[in-house]
Amino acid sequence: MANVTLTINGIKVIVSKGTTVLDAAARAGFFIPTFCHDPEIPRFGACRICVVEIAGMRNLPASCVTEATEGMVVNTESPAVAEARKTILEMLLANHPQDCLTCEKNGDCRLQDYSFRYGVKGPGFEGKRHEYPLDDSNPYIVRDMNKCILCGRCARTCAQVEGRAVIDFTYRGFDTKIAPPMDTTLAESDCVYCGRCLAVCPVGALTYKRMAGKGRAWEIEKKPVTCTFCDSGCLFDLNIKDGKVIGVTAGSPGQGRPLCLKGRLGLELLYCDDPADPQMKRDGEFVKVSWSDALGLDGVLDKIRKIEGK
Amino acid sequence: MKNLMDKCCDKCTHTAFFPCKDYIKCRKEGPICHQDEACKQKRADFLGDIHLAADSDKRQVLICAGTGCNSSGSGRLVKKLQEELAANGLADKIKIKITGCHGFCEQGPLMIIEPLKTFYTRVDENDVAEIVAKDLIGGELVERLLYKDPNTVETAKTYETVPFYARQKRLVLHNCGHINPEELSDYVASDGYFGLTRALFEKTPDQVVEEVKTSGLRGRGGAGFPTGMKWGFVKQAQGDKKYVVCNADEGDPGAFMDRSVLEGDPHAVLEGMAICGYAVGADEGYLYVRAEYPLAIQRLKIAIAQAEEYGVLGDNIMNSGFSFHLKIKAGAGAFVCGEETALLTSIEGNRGMPRVRPPFPANSGLWGKPTCLNNVETFANVPQILRNGGAWYASMGTEKSKGTKIFALTGKVNNTGLVEVAMGMTMRDIIFAIGGGIPGGKKFKAVQIGGPSGGCLPDELLDLSVDYDSLTSAGAMMGSGGLVVMDETTCMVDIARYFLTFTQSESCGKCTPCREGTTRMLEILTRICNGEGKMEDIDTLDRITRVVKNTALCGLGQTCPNPIISTLRYFKDEYIAHIQEKRCPAGACTALLTYTINAEKCKGCGKCLRSCPAEAITGEKKQPHVIDAAKCIKCGSCITGCKFNAIERG
Amino acid sequence: MTCQCGHAHNDDGAKQEALQKAMDKYKTVKGALIPILQEAQEIYGYLPKEVMQQISRGLSIPFSKTFGVVTFYAQFHLKPRGRNIIRICQGTACHVRGASKVFDGVSAKLGVGKNGTTQDLRYTLETVACLGACGLAPVMMVNDDTHGRLTPDKAAGTLEKYE
Repeated sequence: MANVTLTINGIKVIVSKGTTVLDAAARAGFFIPTFCHDPEIPRFGACRICVVEIAGMRNLPASCVTEATEGMVVNTESPAVAEARKTILEMLLANHPQDCLTCEKNGDCRLQDYSFRYGVKGPGFEGKRHEYPLDDSNPYIVRDMNKCILCGRCARTCAQVEGRAVIDFTYRGFDTKIAPPMDTTLAESDCVYCGRCLAVCPVGALTYKRMAGKGRAWEIEKKPVTCTFCDSGCLFDLNIKDGKVIGVTAGSPGQGRPLCLKGRLGLELLYCDDPADPQMKRDGEFVKVSWSDALGLDGVLDKIRKIEGK
Repeated sequence: MKNLMDKCCDKCTHTAFFPCKDYIKCRKEGPICHQDEACKQKRADFLGDIHLAADSDKRQVLICAGTGCNSSGSGRLVKKLQEELAANGLADKIKIKITGCHGFCEQGPLMIIEPLKTFYTRVDENDVAEIVAKDLIGGELVERLLYKDPNTVETAKTYETVPFYARQKRLVLHNCGHINPEELSDYVASDGYFGLTRALFEKTPDQVVEEVKTSGLRGRGGAGFPTGMKWGFVKQAQGDKKYVVCNADEGDPGAFMDRSVLEGDPHAVLEGMAICGYAVGADEGYLYVRAEYPLAIQRLKIAIAQAEEYGVLGDNIMNSGFSFHLKIKAGAGAFVCGEETALLTSIEGNRGMPRVRPPFPANSGLWGKPTCLNNVETFANVPQILRNGGAWYASMGTEKSKGTKIFALTGKVNNTGLVEVAMGMTMRDIIFAIGGGIPGGKKFKAVQIGGPSGGCLPDELLDLSVDYDSLTSAGAMMGSGGLVVMDETTCMVDIARYFLTFTQSESCGKCTPCREGTTRMLEILTRICNGEGKMEDIDTLDRITRVVKNTALCGLGQTCPNPIISTLRYFKDEYIAHIQEKRCPAGACTALLTYTINAEKCKGCGKCLRSCPAEAITGEKKQPHVIDAAKCIKCGSCITGCKFNAIERG
Repeated sequence: MTCQCGHAHNDDGAKQEALQKAMDKYKTVKGALIPILQEAQEIYGYLPKEVMQQISRGLSIPFSKTFGVVTFYAQFHLKPRGRNIIRICQGTACHVRGASKVFDGVSAKLGVGKNGTTQDLRYTLETVACLGACGLAPVMMVNDDTHGRLTPDKAAGTLEKYE
């Protein structure tokens, strides 16, 4: 494929045709913040935090959806870009709880990291905020839509697995909200708690209930493991604190890697020192079940016992 | 032969299935395939009945059934006139023709009597008997129903002498109000489908694109992109399937030209789309119409059905080998769908959220196929360009803005309605010469042009030439062509707040700057209007408007700060008065008003005391009354009732 | 709004039949979701959950997407509405000529706010961005009729004739 040469922050970069400015900048060693961008899912261009200044262009285009072209001159941190990013962060913070002290994602949150980078101390504007009830309806995922910045990665990654698409954008404008059909809780929806959405959420809107209160981001070491329960080969992370595995979280929801609850629970059982009881939906209610029940091994275990007990 | 479009005799073989290439020409000038004076005469008779010759002794009554006149009662008027004509034995002799909008909705219901073009305004059903007796039978004018100029008090006898129409150049609107939009024959009698015929038989698709390029036509929906260039891109785009899409999702508050064209001359839009289809290589088109326009949808359905019945749309149009099919999609209530990528997303059955460009619809539009998207007014210009040539079209207008533009003139102006003028006319001529100036002797303050994406221009810019480039450089934009006139009692901060209320509630919510930014801008403006603003709010507004303009995803988001930017540019003093003096100079912001009673003028009649809903007024009979500012809800009931002008608002 | 489809459907069975008919009509049409939802709302007066689920299944579209589309467009309603839909124009010309007073007048008369439905299901009060009848400002639409040059009193009076 043909190459194009462009200049980013004064440095010449050669990339193949079709490369985005975002990727070209990364190649040249320049970091550009992103929220909604995800290389695994179709481009979206919604959060606008990745805007850059390109000579000859009227506005500040989003680098994640702008293709690098021959001779392009890009500035990734011009005063206009810095002002735009700062203002966008202030807008997001003006409609986001300032409870970082107790937030599960403290230390692993892009909103926090970028605010630090651009010196944003807090919301720049006073006014109305969302007051959604906390969705704590199920034993696996806690949804706090007040923290959602509507990057849409959760809904878009959910829709990638055939037959899931449990959540989507609903309502419009300032009232836009990611929600299951009829705007119910996750427990009332067809959610299978695979954790794909959790793996991509850049802020604290989606968190693991089974990890709640167990540790801060910087205390936890993540160690990747590949699930062997089926041949999809999904990646998970063992979360290790003080040498103990305190939980298992979904890794990257790549192509052909559906991730699933059964796999995650199986790894918890395998690796965690003290795994919490699993829960399953029975007649619409979550109840505690045995591990063999949760992993669908009742019949298999009986058979094994029978054969090996002989 | 019941209709101009039917066959004259068995020698004519045209049907939609076995079409004849001379069909359209034949209906106006034919018969072409055979010589027969009787057949020729039949056509001439039909044509003569559609547009009466100036010396005809027949009479024809045109009644406007556009949305405006309809709601002013033109439906009842038609019924009454039918009864009255029947009672006088004239039912067969005098034809009533239901037309689309004349554009002078303020004066509706409108009636024109042809061939003299006598123009009656605000006709009531009670006037019908007199019109029949005096005019249609007696041949005398009903003076009291003629239009009187409010400034000169002169009466205009005919349609063309009304000042509102005299200064206009009605090109796109030339059929609106003069033909029956539900009759294909009326359109053909006015040279309809001649442009398509010419394109199909005298030009290659490339030549059609060239003709439109020569005309200099630019998109009438907003940004003013050159139409011919767009067609050229779609023509060049690779694809086995291409689409033509008409944006009839006219959503700008204050604009209704597209509605009037659809209701008054639907075939012009269909013909323009068919020509476009031929030029770019598309065989299918969609009309995306606002659900709030039921009459327009109905008229389009009739027009498409008739065009297909007679073979001017459909397969193998007029035996040219070109096929073109049209479908209507009714919008479902979202302003953002007027943005082209959102519109396409909506046709595909999704939430109407804009997509990032590039790719542009010309390369990847509807269902990923090359798509040519223009708005109603743009397509309606096309048949005339093909009929009369691009050079003819380019002879009108300014250097970079050719042809005419329709404006919806509303607000504080005497003659509200639809106005079509050659590009380059000054704002002053539009508002004062055509619009008749400001009512009630009030002073002109500003004109808001271009809807929520446009801006407010002050009186020092009244002599600005109205064309794409001058407007943009003055901080407004052509937009769809809404022109809202404001006088000294209109508050510019309130107007900015009004437009932001609109864009805030219509933001699709996809991108951060528009979703969050419109909310915050609106909150700041509301605080300023309520007297709770701070001086730093002006700097904050300055910053948010810049960021939203620079970073929003779609054109609507990028332009939504324009009402604030332009009012801050030209009327900053009003913002400062609200913030520092807690005063609204126009006396419009309710929260900042105070009502007081002038003790010298008050006669103590007690009327205000009784009408006050908040019991804020006290006073003894025949003694001056007093308003308790703490209780006053500033509704204004007292001031409207006072006969002595004793109540002062400030 | 009454149904224009020409079928009697005073019971659920007939409504169901009309919906099925609409879905068959659009079976092979691209981008059918919105037109089917529009027809379904004509039939039912609003969009009940079961109807949205049925449409989703019929078109093989996730229910979450259907719900997302329904809540995006102002035309769709999740709750039953009144027999007569009042839509008061908030367009620029109407705003300048006192549309908010007309709204307040009607609202006070009916005792419901924006998007409210009277208890007897006679009226639903809504606002609309611009009806495009600016020459007659202020304007409201009741069902498919446009009424112009309103005052608060005139607007309230007009409503009487809608049962």
